[in-house]
Amino acid sequence: MKVPLSWLKEYVDFDLPPEEIASRLTFAGLEVESIEYIGLAPQNGHIDGLPGEERGPKARGLAWDREKIVVGRVFEVLPHPNADRLVLCKLDDGRTIHTVLTGAPNLFPYKGQGPLAKPLKVAYAREGAMLYDGHQPGNVLTTLQRMKIRGVESYSMICSEKELGISADHEGVMILPDDAPAGTPLADYLGDVILDVKINPNMARNANMVGIAREVSALTGRKLRPPSYLFRASGEPLKKHLRIRIQNPEFNPRFTAILLRDVQIGPSPAWMQRRLSRAGMRPINNIVDITNYVMLETGQPLHAFDWDSLAARASGNAVTIITRTARPGETIVTLDGATRTLDDFTVLVCDEKGPLSIAGVMGGAETEVRDTTVNILLEAAAWDYLSIRRTVQAQKLPSEAAFRFSRGVHPAATLRGLGRAAELMRTLGGGIISRDTVDTYPRKAPVVRVDLPMKEVRRLLGVNIPPRKVAQILESLEFVCRVKETPARRRRSGKISDDDLTLQVIAPDHRLDIGTGVVGQADLIEEIARIYGYARIPEVQIADLLPIQRGNPGLEQEEAARDLLVNLGLQEVLTYHLTAPEKEAAVYPPGMEVPAAEYIRLANPIVPERRVMRCSVLASVLETAARNASRTDRLALFELGPVYLPSGKPLPAEPVQLAIVLAGPRESRDWRPSDRTPADFFDLKGILEGVLSGLHVPSPTFESTRDPRFHPGRCAKILVGGTALGVMGQLHPQVAARFEWAGHDLLAAELNFELLRPYLLRQYPVHSISEYPPVLEDLAVVVAEDVPVERVIQKIRSSGGEIVQSVLLFDVYRGEQAGSGNKSLAFALTYQAPDRTLGSTEAEEIRTRIIRALEGDLAGKVRR
Amino acid sequence: MLEQLDTLEQEALAALAQANDPGALAAWKQTYLGRSASLSTFLGDLGKLPAAERPLAGKRGNEVKRTLEAAYAAGEERINAAVLNHALQSEALDVTLPGRPLRRGRLHPSTLILRRIYAIWAEMGFQIYRSPNVELDDYNFTLLNIPPHHPARDMWDTFYTTEEGVLLRTHTSPGQIHAMREFAPAPLRVILPGMCFRYEQITARSEIQFHQVEGLAVGPGITFANLKATLADFARRMFGEGARTQFRADHFPFTEPSMEVDVECFVCGGKGCPVCKFSGWLEILGSGMVHPTVLRNGGYDPKVFSGFAFGMGPERIAMLRHGIEDIRYFWGNDLRFLEQF
Ligand SMILES: [Zn+2]
Repeated sequence: MKVPLSWLKEYVDFDLPPEEIASRLTFAGLEVESIEYIGLAPQNGHIDGLPGEERGPKARGLAWDREKIVVGRVFEVLPHPNADRLVLCKLDDGRTIHTVLTGAPNLFPYKGQGPLAKPLKVAYAREGAMLYDGHQPGNVLTTLQRMKIRGVESYSMICSEKELGISADHEGVMILPDDAPAGTPLADYLGDVILDVKINPNMARNANMVGIAREVSALTGRKLRPPSYLFRASGEPLKKHLRIRIQNPEFNPRFTAILLRDVQIGPSPAWMQRRLSRAGMRPINNIVDITNYVMLETGQPLHAFDWDSLAARASGNAVTIITRTARPGETIVTLDGATRTLDDFTVLVCDEKGPLSIAGVMGGAETEVRDTTVNILLEAAAWDYLSIRRTVQAQKLPSEAAFRFSRGVHPAATLRGLGRAAELMRTLGGGIISRDTVDTYPRKAPVVRVDLPMKEVRRLLGVNIPPRKVAQILESLEFVCRVKETPARRRRSGKISDDDLTLQVIAPDHRLDIGTGVVGQADLIEEIARIYGYARIPEVQIADLLPIQRGNPGLEQEEAARDLLVNLGLQEVLTYHLTAPEKEAAVYPPGMEVPAAEYIRLANPIVPERRVMRCSVLASVLETAARNASRTDRLALFELGPVYLPSGKPLPAEPVQLAIVLAGPRESRDWRPSDRTPADFFDLKGILEGVLSGLHVPSPTFESTRDPRFHPGRCAKILVGGTALGVMGQLHPQVAARFEWAGHDLLAAELNFELLRPYLLRQYPVHSISEYPPVLEDLAVVVAEDVPVERVIQKIRSSGGEIVQSVLLFDVYRGEQAGSGNKSLAFALTYQAPDRTLGSTEAEEIRTRIIRALEGDLAGKVRR
Repeated sequence: MLEQLDTLEQEALAALAQANDPGALAAWKQTYLGRSASLSTFLGDLGKLPAAERPLAGKRGNEVKRTLEAAYAAGEERINAAVLNHALQSEALDVTLPGRPLRRGRLHPSTLILRRIYAIWAEMGFQIYRSPNVELDDYNFTLLNIPPHHPARDMWDTFYTTEEGVLLRTHTSPGQIHAMREFAPAPLRVILPGMCFRYEQITARSEIQFHQVEGLAVGPGITFANLKATLADFARRMFGEGARTQFRADHFPFTEPSMEVDVECFVCGGKGCPVCKFSGWLEILGSGMVHPTVLRNGGYDPKVFSGFAFGMGPERIAMLRHGIEDIRYFWGNDLRFLEQF
């Protein structure tokens, strides 16, 4: 909310600099998001990127030099001798008479009229004044210099709003009110500072000048001076002409109205227009302006009906106002000309013929105030904020009134707003106010009382604030307080301490946010802390005992896996959890039928490519590989994160998946020879074996498998204890091509981390090291091509027994000597006993056992 | 006789000092210690001397021999060292050639900052508690004192799923309810990390997903003064011993009183710079005393228990620490970005 300080000062005196007021409001929960200076200089610092230091909120504006920019009086406008599009103004700047050149179209009508009957007041800039350049876009500073324009000397000018930094308007020069005294520094006459205050949902009561003034009063100790809500009523009573019927008091607790007769519609006075525009509202006419002005001032939105239109609709009967919810399919033409279909939760102000306005949101076209309006029915009502909010959202009709009503306005504010507006309309619009106010108040707002034991204040804030200070803080916010002794157990000593006192508090009738009981106490304690000042509350270490400490084994497992993968040279990536089914389908070769996945879908996606929750981490990592393809020939990526799977329960399952993608040469290019062969299946397998052994997963195995995403002959499932954890292998070339790696081998793995967890032990045993020498020997065996190496190794281990310490495959040979359809495998074997030196006979026995097993069970042929 | 030996010794030692390569050394050895060397001849011919001169001549002759042998050994060592040094000289490298590039794995910057946050809070007795990313409306809002249609809901732009009442959590705060319901009425100190989601345009400043770490302490004597001290401690651990903090009133429906915590800008030291938008302060945390309604929803009696909660954005902290200007870098995963960590 924009708060011009010149306006705010009407309700509270303060002599602190604007920056200090902004800072106090900010620290008290009313964040000042920016400070706009109109013609005035900030206390310290710079504005708009000018050099200098600035602390505090964003500031913008232009300071008017008090010597060089003053109020001027134009008393004659003469034609320019050499230019039709320029005029010469005779101007009095309080010191002397100047001839000022201008091309402002709004001065042309006065050209050649001789001395003006009513001189014009303008903003006059003397030579050397610093202004914004009116002809350049944005705010470009320029200094006013002496020059000759079309043969006439010019050293000063009459300013537009843009040149002064008031608005973007450069259509003509700014005309000041007639009361502006010539020669006065413009900064004194027009200068202002506007604070833009952010109103949080709990601060709805402060979305008005009086509210902000109340906060300033509480924060500075200066007295609040609210406007007078009294009015002079002398007109015919309204009661016999108007009936109010509230059908749903829960939506419309109060409806008040007053009638003004013989109002003259016209522009509102300059001071009101100025305040409205500085607060961000466009002046329209005196009646509309007054309703807006009073809303900004008191927080009560008002609505003005053209009374004669209402009377005409009633065809001679008394006007009956009915408030109710909309009927199915009901429509209204609002004053913006739109025909709107209403929802059943929308509250309407109607008469017997139908809807007149959408309550609290927008008036109807038929009964709006026009230039010809003479009699006005002024409405001030209270509405349920939740239903207003739903209507605002459904109709997409945000407005200043809706902003306030949808956050809550206390029903007591109605009469204040009504009185204030009626009196302004009478004095500024010449109306006669009906002698009575129609006030229907079926649902009285309860008076909120809270008992606040001083002990509670200390219990929650951890600081002793004297009861007198607490009461004073609450009273500064218009709470009513009474200090009482807590009706507690009998005290041992006769002394009464602060802890024995309770404040009996009554909330003021502008607040809807104070609860009762413990909640009410917390609400009050917040007010106390806020005004007392958070900075004054000390920092005290927690005195409570440390609760039982609990680790998070699940997270620790994930972090351990991350560390291992990083140690193996992989880069971690984190990607969007939101994706699109077609993006995940891209991990299948084109034309392939993609297994149907059930997705968690968003009801309101922000972009189509992020409309479901992902089912595959691999797809996300491949997207990352694709995005980096043009910049690198080599990558090793992994992501460990959740996927989202329907579970049959309201919430999806969120199992963690691990995806790895590997591509490009083993080693990067170097000045020495490096291994530039592309990483293959076994590089990836090595990484997986590294991670699994690093996690001490017992004996993982790899088994050839088929998966449409992978190369049909280069894909394996990863098994631990009979459970398939996932798949790995070389991606199908067509998939690689889809992810920008055409012509390259793209290796990938996808593991369900949840299936791995049961194998991740907190403890694992470490074997002792044998002190006896090992026996080393090589063994070469020829087996059929279709015998997997894994089986050969297992056979060696199972036949050799525990004494076989290691089985290292060091060569695989295919060729003539092995015979066609065969392969020759060469192993380096280590035999070692933990408790003795192995003799040659024993080693020979082991070897014999192994050979027998290989030849007998695997039809192998061992070369001797 | 003896003078001859002295002269020989001096001559030999002088000659040895001149020998600077293995060849010269061998020649010297041949000359002074070889079989036909004059010293050998002298010692071989001792028997020809008169008996009276023999002992003295023999003693002196052997003395000279030992001296020359020792000198030879020293000379050999000296020359070998010189030869080796010479050979090593020729093996000199250009030490400015690049080292062998190894593939170094790295954690994602979000993981790095999360771990730092976990570590600090762990030392302060706050342990990690996780809860689902896809949440019930009740947990994300209603139980946190944000009823349906309440204006406070405007503070979060929410992604809803097609399942009624199920949404992507907009903050980690629902974890407060999960944790409290699991542990109440035992006192509690946890942090709640995780991914959150907001319905927002993706720009340099806003993302549809981001991490959050929320903290929660509940106990019989937790105060606002405790909250201030705890967060000031965290800021010093995170941003350096001298990091100053300031506390501003703010509003969150699930805490009361609520506050925003700023740390003095570590880029400019509080003088004002573009990073802190010339305010000298950086907003890093939202926090407050747990609202009595939330405590009650979590299973604690607000008359007996009190608590505080706080929340921070790891990506935002990483951006401030490293001067990262575009939040989209985090999920963009451009290796040129990731490889800087
Ligand atoms: Zn800074």
